[in-house]
Amino acid sequence: MTDDERIKQFEERHERLKNLSDAELKERFWELCNQVVTPIADLARTHTSPSIERSVLLRMGIDSQLAFGVVDRINQAGLLGKGAGHVLLKLTEKYDYDVRSAANHIMENKDVLNGLFDEVKA
Amino acid sequence: MSNPKPLDPNKKLDIEDILENLEDYRPPRKGWVWRNVPEGGVDMGPFHYRDMAEPLKNSIGLPAAKYFDGIDPQPKCVVTTEIASGRFEDDIRRMRMAAWHGADHLMVIRHTGQSHIDGLMEGTPEGVGGVPITRKQIRASRKAIDMIEDEVGRPINFHSYVSGVAGPEVAVLFAEEGINGAHQDPQYNVLYRNINMYRSFVDAAEAKLVMTHAGIFQIDGAHNANATAKAGWLVMPELLVQHGINCAYSMIAGMPKELIGLSTVPPNSPPAPKLWYDLPYAVALRDFFSEFKMRAQQNTRYIESSIEEAIRTHTIDTLISMLTSADIQSTITPDEGRNVPWHYNNIRGIQTVKQTWAALDGIKELVELKMDGPLGEMSRDIRERAVAFLEEIIEVGGYFAAVEKGFFVDSARYPERHGDGIARDGQGGVAADSIVPRDPDYLAPVCAHFGDNHLPEGIEHACDLIGGCTLCKPEKIAYIDELDSEDCVATRLEKTWPYRKGDLIRPEVEWAGDGVVLLNLMIPENEAYSREAGLEIARRMGLKDPEVINLMVLHPSEGCFLEVKGRVDFDIDRNTLKIPEKVELLPEDEMREGVKQIGLKVVAGTVGEDEHSVGLREILDIKHGGIEKYGVKYTYLGTSVPVEKLIDAAIETGAHAILISTIISHNDVHRAQMRKLNELCIEKGIRDKVILIAGGTQVNSEMAAETGLDATFGRGTKGNQVVDAMIKALKARWML
Repeated sequence: MTDDERIKQFEERHERLKNLSDAELKERFWELCNQVVTPIADLARTHTSPSIERSVLLRMGIDSQLAFGVVDRINQAGLLGKGAGHVLLKLTEKYDYDVRSAANHIMENKDVLNGLFDEVKA
Repeated sequence: MSNPKPLDPNKKLDIEDILENLEDYRPPRKGWVWRNVPEGGVDMGPFHYRDMAEPLKNSIGLPAAKYFDGIDPQPKCVVTTEIASGRFEDDIRRMRMAAWHGADHLMVIRHTGQSHIDGLMEGTPEGVGGVPITRKQIRASRKAIDMIEDEVGRPINFHSYVSGVAGPEVAVLFAEEGINGAHQDPQYNVLYRNINMYRSFVDAAEAKLVMTHAGIFQIDGAHNANATAKAGWLVMPELLVQHGINCAYSMIAGMPKELIGLSTVPPNSPPAPKLWYDLPYAVALRDFFSEFKMRAQQNTRYIESSIEEAIRTHTIDTLISMLTSADIQSTITPDEGRNVPWHYNNIRGIQTVKQTWAALDGIKELVELKMDGPLGEMSRDIRERAVAFLEEIIEVGGYFAAVEKGFFVDSARYPERHGDGIARDGQGGVAADSIVPRDPDYLAPVCAHFGDNHLPEGIEHACDLIGGCTLCKPEKIAYIDELDSEDCVATRLEKTWPYRKGDLIRPEVEWAGDGVVLLNLMIPENEAYSREAGLEIARRMGLKDPEVINLMVLHPSEGCFLEVKGRVDFDIDRNTLKIPEKVELLPEDEMREGVKQIGLKVVAGTVGEDEHSVGLREILDIKHGGIEKYGVKYTYLGTSVPVEKLIDAAIETGAHAILISTIISHNDVHRAQMRKLNELCIEKGIRDKVILIAGGTQVNSEMAAETGLDATFGRGTKGNQVVDAMIKALKARWML
C-alpha cells in the first residue's frame, strides 16, 4: 500500500471515529487492544522457552547454574515440550531420589534422558 | 531470618555487616506499597496540605524548611530515584541519602548487556552503565533497604527490570527476593533490544504471572519511544497503542489493573511550547487508561550538560503531573545527560519534585483544565489516531506483522510515515527460533505458571507434586554466593576500607574513594580559550584527568561559564582536622523574649585603627539578619573608635553589652584590643554589668577565655549567634 493510500484510508477511519462519543472511542480502543493480544496469549499458552523452563527449575529449588545446564541438555534431547520440571519428576520417580539429584544426574550423564518418556508409555 | 540491627543516623552503613549471613536473609515483606495519605489532608507547621502523605520519622527537608519550623511535607505520590553506579555497595549508601530526602521507590538500572544474557548472573561483579542484577546483589540491597525504611519510617519499594532473554527467571528471582516493582514490557525487548518477538511475548506472559504472584508492581516501556524517535512529541498516538498492548497483554496473563502502571513522559521540552503537546497527551492517556496507575517520568530526551536546564524542564513535568495525575512521580537526575548520575544529583532530582509539589499543593482546587477548547480537541485527536493505528495493525495481520512492517517508533505523526521506524524480522533477533510447542502431556510442578499445564488427576495445586515450590517455601531457594573470587564485592571493599571505616577522607561522587571533584569557573574568554584555560587551571590546581563537562557561552567574546571535572589523589586524615565545638543556639522565640524582657541595648564599633565595618554592620543591621532583627537597640559609634570611648558610651546609654570588631591582626593588635576592653571595664568597675563581645576575621571562639571577654566570634558569624551569647551571659549572671 502506498503512503497516499494509507493516508486516504486513515481519513475514512477518521470520518467514522469522529462520530463516536468519548466513551465509545475508549471502548473501541480496548476492544482493539484485546483483539491484538488474544492470538499472542494463545501462542504463549501453548509454547514454552528455555527461560520459562529454567524459571520452573528455579522454583523447584535448583540453582541458576545447574538449571542452565539441565535445560540445555533437555532441549538438546528434544524434551523441552514435556516441561523441564516434568523431566526431573520422571527421573525422581524412576530412580527414587530428589529433584536436585535428578538435575545432577542429567549433568553427569545426558543419556539418562534417552527414552525417558517412551519407557513410561511402555 | 536474621533481624538487621536498627540504624543510627550518626553512623555510616556498615556494608560488611550487611553482607554477613546473607544466605539466610529473607525479606520481611513482599509486594508494592503506596504512601499513606490521610483523607482530610495533612497539617504541618502553620499550613494545611491537600496533596500530601504522612511525614517521615527521619528526613531532611528543603533548604528553606528552616524558616517554616523545619517541616518536610511528603507528596502523596510515590517518588522514584534511579541509582546504579555499577557497584551496589556504594549505591546502598546513596539509597539511604535518597530515602532521607523522600524517595520511596529505588530503581536499579541493569548492567549494560545484561538483557542479552541468556540466564541469571550470580555473584557481585562490577557493572558498566548499571549494576549486574544477581541474587546476592538484590539480597544485600534489600537487606540494607529494610534497615533504611525503618530508619526513615516509611516502606521503600525496590525496583529493577524483568526484560531481556531471561525474563521469566528474573521474575522468579525478584518474586523470591522481595523486589517490589519492575519494568516488564515485551515490546521493549523487541524494539530496543532486538530480542526475537515470539520469544519475548511467550516469556512475558510467564514473567507477568510470576510478578503478579509476588504483588510486584509493573511499569511498561512505552516511554522509550519518545526518548528514541527523532521528534518525540509526534509519536503520541503510538505511545497510547504501546501502553494499550502491554496493559491488555498483562491482564490476559492474569495481572490485576492495580499492579499495572504506565510509564509516561511529557514528550516535549522548552524552547518548544511544551504545554501544547504535553498536556493534551497527558489528558488523553488519563482518559483511555483511567483504571490503571500513572508513573510519570521526567523528560530525558533533550537533557544535555546543563543541570539547571534539566531541573527547569523537570519542574514543568511535575506541574503537568499535578494538573492531571500521578501515582508515581519519577525523577531523573539532572546530570543524566553528562555522566552516570552522581550522589547529590539524585537528591537534586528528588528536591525538584518535593519543592514543586509543595508549591503547587492543592492546585486542582484552585485551577481547572479548560477542556472545551484546544486542549479537549487535541486530546481527542491523539485518541482517534491511536484507535486508527490499532485498526491498521489488525488489518495488516496483527501485532507481529505490524512490527515487521516498521509501524513502531516512526518519527512522523501517525498516519504519516518517515520510514525510520524500527522493523524486526519474526525469524530474526536474539534467541530466534527458541520457543517450543508444549506437548499434550506438558507439565510444570510449580506455582504462578502461565498456560497449558497438564497436572495429574487429583492435583489442584501444582507444587504439591514436589512438596512446595520456592514461592511457597522460601527455604528451598538455592543461593549462590560468588562465582569469581577477584571480580566481587569483597575485593572492592578491601580497597575502599580506609574511606569507609578507616580515618581517611576523600571526596566522592559515585564510589568510595573515587576522588572526583567539580570546579565552577567563569572565564572571560571565548569558547575555545575558555575550554583550554579551564583545563589548564584544573591541572595547575593538581586535579587529575580534567574534563570540561559543561560549557555555557555567556557572550561570544566576554566569557563562558564552565564546569570542570577532575580527580584528587590525596587523602585527608580525619585525626588532623580540628572540629570547632558546636554551640546549640537558643530557640528564636526565647531570644526575642529575653531581649524584650530586659530591653537589651548595646554599643558597637570597630576598634583601633580599623576602618573595616562590613562585618559589624552585618551583625547589627536588620537587613542582614543582625541583632536588630531580634529587637536589640544599638548605638553604632563608627570605625577606629578608641576602646575608652566605647566604654564611656556604654555607661552613658546604660548598654548591657559592648560589641567590638577588629580585623587587623599585625603584632596581635586584635588580641591587645580585646584584653584592653576587659581590663578597662574592670578598672571602671563596670565589668560585672556589661557583656563584652569581640569579632573579626582573625578571631576565633577560643580567644574569649584568653582575653577575658564573654564571647568571641570569627568569620561567617550571624546576628543570632551574638544574641544567643548575650542572652546566655545575662542568664548566667542572673540579670535575666
